[in-house]
Amino acid sequence: MQKLQLLQNQFNPTSDDIFSHIVQAPPDPIFGIANAYKADTSNTKIDLGVGAYRTDEEKPYVFEIIKKLEKEIVNDPTLNKEYLPIEGLADFNKGCQKLMFGQNSPLIASGQIVTAQCLGGTGALRVGFEFVKRHIPGDVYVSKPTWSNHNQVIERAGLNQFEYPYYEPKTKGFNCAGTIECLSQARMGSIVLLHVCAHNPTGVDPTEAEWLQIADVCKRRRLVPFFDCAYQGFASGCIEKDVFAVRKFAELGFQMIVAQSFSKNMGLYNERVGAVHIVTSNKDISARVLSNLKIVIRTICSNPPAIGARIAAKILTDEKYFNAWVEELKTVTGRIIKMRTLLKQELDNLKVPGNWDHITKQTGFFTFTGLTPEQCDLLTKQYHVYLLRSGRMSMAGITSKNVRYLAESIKAVVQNK
Amino acid sequence: MQCLRALRYFSVWSQVPMGPADPILGVAAQFKADPSTQKVNLSIGAYRDNEGKPVVLESVKRAEQIIKERKLDNEYLPVEGLQSFIDASIKLGYGDAYYAQNGKSIAGCQVLSGTGAVRLGFEFAKKFLPQGTKVYMPNPTWPNHHNIARMAGLEILEYRYFDPKTRGVDFSGLVEDLSKAQNGSVILFHACAHNPTGCDLTTAQWTQLLDLSKQKNFLPFFDMAYQGFTSGDVNKDAEAVRLFTKQGVPIVLGQSFAKNMGLYGQRTGCLSFVCANQSEKDKVVSQLKLLARPLWSSPPLHGARVADIILNTPELNQLWLSEVKMMADRIQYMRVSLANTLKNLGSPHDWSHISKQIGMFAFTGVGPDHVKELIAKYHIYLLSSGRISIAGLNEGNVKYVAEAFHDVTKNTKL
Repeated sequence: MQKLQLLQNQFNPTSDDIFSHIVQAPPDPIFGIANAYKADTSNTKIDLGVGAYRTDEEKPYVFEIIKKLEKEIVNDPTLNKEYLPIEGLADFNKGCQKLMFGQNSPLIASGQIVTAQCLGGTGALRVGFEFVKRHIPGDVYVSKPTWSNHNQVIERAGLNQFEYPYYEPKTKGFNCAGTIECLSQARMGSIVLLHVCAHNPTGVDPTEAEWLQIADVCKRRRLVPFFDCAYQGFASGCIEKDVFAVRKFAELGFQMIVAQSFSKNMGLYNERVGAVHIVTSNKDISARVLSNLKIVIRTICSNPPAIGARIAAKILTDEKYFNAWVEELKTVTGRIIKMRTLLKQELDNLKVPGNWDHITKQTGFFTFTGLTPEQCDLLTKQYHVYLLRSGRMSMAGITSKNVRYLAESIKAVVQNK
Repeated sequence: MQCLRALRYFSVWSQVPMGPADPILGVAAQFKADPSTQKVNLSIGAYRDNEGKPVVLESVKRAEQIIKERKLDNEYLPVEGLQSFIDASIKLGYGDAYYAQNGKSIAGCQVLSGTGAVRLGFEFAKKFLPQGTKVYMPNPTWPNHHNIARMAGLEILEYRYFDPKTRGVDFSGLVEDLSKAQNGSVILFHACAHNPTGCDLTTAQWTQLLDLSKQKNFLPFFDMAYQGFTSGDVNKDAEAVRLFTKQGVPIVLGQSFAKNMGLYGQRTGCLSFVCANQSEKDKVVSQLKLLARPLWSSPPLHGARVADIILNTPELNQLWLSEVKMMADRIQYMRVSLANTLKNLGSPHDWSHISKQIGMFAFTGVGPDHVKELIAKYHIYLLSSGRISIAGLNEGNVKYVAEAFHDVTKNTKL
């Protein structure tokens, strides 16, 4: 029926036939909720949907160091608005490498890391997967669950995807055995998408020992690790500790891909600041890989936006700015950890049925609360608390003022049978 | 963990071949590396003033001041971008009158400059037009058009455009090719300042193409990267777009603010679709968002904010229009200057096409061998197609460039 309609459109054209078959796309699962929250007029509403940091006053937060540097850059007469190279700002790329792999990583000196500036984490993922499709096409294994946009990016890049059982609902923890077992069955040369830290949406991360097990199965099955790092600094509060997995895998000799985002940890959300890294075995191969990354980038945006990268580059390459940033990041992360503690306390005080240890065990922006979709719907409709139907709650939206109301609302929906 | 060591010598990427250097950005890199003090960059399409310097427009600087004073935050834009920028951009492209009447049925999305507009537009076309729909592009066109169409999975065909004999448009060839094109095809048009040839169609020619488009139910995709920058008048430069929309032909429009606002590195652009009504527009926007999310999640804010403030602040808008005219005028002046200087040097060739062509680029007529010599002997960088960026010329170097061109071509054919 649809085919016939399309054929008809081609041969019996009138000016309004071209798009008449188009149907309304479903709202983005995450941004859609942000829109619903915006439209809600209740004065008890709480936004626990999108993963964007909020202060204790429920305000977006611009890092002080970012404000300062933005001013410097806008006022700098030596800077113009010219095109960046296709692969982006060189200083920024170098700085990204050091932050991800370590100041003194031998891989940097040996030219084994190919880096290109990308449009946030999404841009890095898309460029990485388009590269994979063109040069090492294979099945992609993604965690179950994962960030919803991962599935879309991989699909648009034309790759097949499978899930590995990451989250164990019974323990509200990482299903290590299940993950290893699944990956052991993966075809050789498959790609494994791994969250470096502060897993989105579960907040559950493998331990160091568990990362070694994952490394082992990747080696055995010749799986290519593709790391997504959107929360460096937000998991433990320590930027080195948070990228343990990437550095360990690099140390173990893996060739891999890393997508790095500065949306959250520098609060540069809307300037789309990110990078993709590909680790190769030598610098000749690096040159070839870079030339092909550039071809992919050229057909998406030609070259990346400058301003966010300039700001990030200053932070990454100047010691005093870097230290100022790390301090602010610790404060921001500290608030999220505090909210986790407060929420757990309130839930315990109210004697809300169930085990809520995961609230403080999980890390990063998000908590997989364990609430069912129906409970989440009720939480939203009746209590004006906005979260994802998967039960994912963004802890950055909790404040000292709303945490009690939140706990009471959770109690109400949990007890509502 | 013994297999770990073995993997150090196995390369995952060993099958990756060296990719070809980008023809345009590759030459710019060569220029950068050249130590000669006489070097001239006529390769990249970025405006330069009479001192050969990049320009940050005054209107842009003022808009940035306003942004600073407002102390805005850095939150994610929605997937479709900054709405007030999108609206202002559409108004600029389609004209006040059309916008007032039909604005509600134009689906718009902020994108990563002109490249992003073409990429998102082609992805949308691939997904929603009937399978087997072809895209026709002018021969020649900006090389990246081909790359993007390929990435989006679209089949590309060419229509004749440039006539090397006349160094103008081969209009009868163009009409012949498009008349033979499949009904319902997407036709890529350069709205103004054709890149790389600088040869634009006349109003009469556009009108003929309009009739042909109606006949064959084409979907015209206008790539407009030089509105205002071409003739100096934003309305005149958008004539072709408005001719089609006034007649009710649904079009796709890609707009870039890289050149006309000098926002190159900010990657500011807009993609729009003329829809039948508001309900259809809402659906198209929702589908554009579905495609944009896995490309870039949301577009970068800074440049869009600047453009938004300029377009929506009357005195800044006036200032901007005068600055764009000034850039267009300087380019026109350099065209005439180069052509005249070559004539005065006694060149045996007719260089009048340089002053007749319009916009950033001129298809000079020199060939790859001439280009090699110009680079090696004179450190003048241009594309092997003979395309020069007029913006790279100024009163300080035009004589040098003319002499060089004269020297390499005086004993050869063009």
